[in-house]
Amino acid sequence: MGTLIDIRDVSKVYERGKQKVEVLHGVNLAIEQGDFLALMGPSGSGKTTLLNLIGGLDSPTGGNITVGGQRIDQLGGGQLARWRAQHVGFVFQFYNLMPMLSAQRNVELPLLLTKLSASQRKQNAAVALKLVGLDDRSSHKPSELSGGQQQRVAIARAIVSDPTLLVCDEPTGDLDRQSAEEVLGLLRELNREHGKTIVMVTHDPKAAEAANHILHLDKGTLVEQATA
Amino acid sequence: MKYLHLIWAALFRRKTRTILTLVSIITAFLLFGMLDAVRTSFNQAGQSANGAQRLQTGSKLSFIQTLPSALGAQIAQVPGVKMVTYANWFGGAYQDPHNQVFSFAVDNNYVDLYPEMDVSAAERKAFDDTRTGVLVGEKLAKRFGWKVGDKIPMQSTIFPNRQGDKNWNFDIVGIIHSKDKKAGAFFDAMMLLHWKYFDETTPYNQGNVGWYVTRVTDVNQADRVAKAIDAISANSDHETRTQTEQAATASWMKQLADIGLIVGSIMGAVFFTLLLLSGNTMMQAVRERTSELAVLKTIGFPSGSVLSMVLAESVLLVLLGGVIGLGLATVVVPALAAGSGGMLNLPGVGANTWVLGLVLMVVIGLLVGLLPALRAMRLNIVDALAGR
Repeated sequence: MGTLIDIRDVSKVYERGKQKVEVLHGVNLAIEQGDFLALMGPSGSGKTTLLNLIGGLDSPTGGNITVGGQRIDQLGGGQLARWRAQHVGFVFQFYNLMPMLSAQRNVELPLLLTKLSASQRKQNAAVALKLVGLDDRSSHKPSELSGGQQQRVAIARAIVSDPTLLVCDEPTGDLDRQSAEEVLGLLRELNREHGKTIVMVTHDPKAAEAANHILHLDKGTLVEQATA
Repeated sequence: MKYLHLIWAALFRRKTRTILTLVSIITAFLLFGMLDAVRTSFNQAGQSANGAQRLQTGSKLSFIQTLPSALGAQIAQVPGVKMVTYANWFGGAYQDPHNQVFSFAVDNNYVDLYPEMDVSAAERKAFDDTRTGVLVGEKLAKRFGWKVGDKIPMQSTIFPNRQGDKNWNFDIVGIIHSKDKKAGAFFDAMMLLHWKYFDETTPYNQGNVGWYVTRVTDVNQADRVAKAIDAISANSDHETRTQTEQAATASWMKQLADIGLIVGSIMGAVFFTLLLLSGNTMMQAVRERTSELAVLKTIGFPSGSVLSMVLAESVLLVLLGGVIGLGLATVVVPALAAGSGGMLNLPGVGANTWVLGLVLMVVIGLLVGLLPALRAMRLNIVDALAGR
């Protein structure tokens, strides 16, 4: 498999008031298509910043980021939004579901940006919910689901538009061990059986074990590379 | 349209707050509908095909100044004048000063100048023959349970009789039916008494009349006739102003109060308060949903779509409340008019009011949603997801 994500000499500087904080310095990284990578490191090490750059939520201060052959660091806000909608699925620590929508409607959200008809959207969402084992909870609102179930709905939302890349920020950070195992099992399945490339930020070494590779960041620099 | 469920769900995310805001919007547009009906009613006063053929001559100084009765004969001599009559405000009330009656002391031929009124020949004759006789409008009679043959005691809020009290006794000799129930509702609520009886009974009048009404032979000559009538009294102590019935009514209303200004001022204050209230609600609603909006942008919703959704939510909120409020006004205004027994001649909430109302709803909705929508559009995803 070829390289899906190519990061060259990437740096990121945030301005907090008058202060400039350099969060990433000269990061170089290549992630193969179909890989499952865990990013670890202490708080403030820059792992979420790197994840945001990979997912096209933010732009680097310096360096190049190429995903699937496209230089995303050169894209403007609107182009990045379109690119994210087509290529990236996001999973957050606190699920970030719309509380007033049912699981079905939450999963359908990314499909609103496509030209699919209402019935096709419904059908695709049902397939995604079935894949995460929640087809019987489609009409439930997030408040009627457990944390693990909410995260599985969030994963269904992330995969419903069939993106190449899944970007997960502490997906098990708010879950008990059993739910975390279920979610990690689901991510492994998506990686192995559906060929999704996954980049996951985690503090939890056990969660990181689910990945094929683990990278450690410290003070904005990659310090160690290990194979799980 | 495919975002509608999303917008609707966001709107009712906090049900209590949204319902309370809706109640204030409903109240504002109910008030708008009712006040606009009042304004329209005042604007429509005197507007009719027959009204265009009639001129009103009153004192140039003020509508409460009277004119000499001898002027009538001179007006009748003006070329282009077909018929002249006169009237005087009586200011009657029945049983209770709150039961005000539109009552006028008129010349015998007054009814002839108003073909909008239908009085049977027999009743008309009875009116001509009975010194204390009065013609009462259909709705007025119904309101107080009067019928032909009844003797009714009235009080004038202005004119005493020669005994020094303000009690007057009349005999109902006929009923006035307006031919156009909608446009001529005023005639169904009025009472006509003899000017002669009025003049002889009150020491206050002494041969004067309140105003003259002239029917012209040719509507196109009305301007010339008006000028000729005013020329009769030029440089006298009773200079006149002659106008079309519509202009005279508008001028008379304006001397009472500038209804347009009053209605405009009230509605301006109401809508300004509504802007602040709904604006605050929308700001709060968007602030609470910062992370949800950030998620929408994360999964690829363009900033423009986020802006449009917040604006649509705001417009939908105002439209929802506004349509309910104006709908209520559409029902309440005719009910009020019907319940007033002809005292309130409100035209109902018409298409013009609805169009103006809908435009106001959209404009207020856009204004209310603009700031929160801009805030949502400019939301930085990374900061919003991090809770900064």
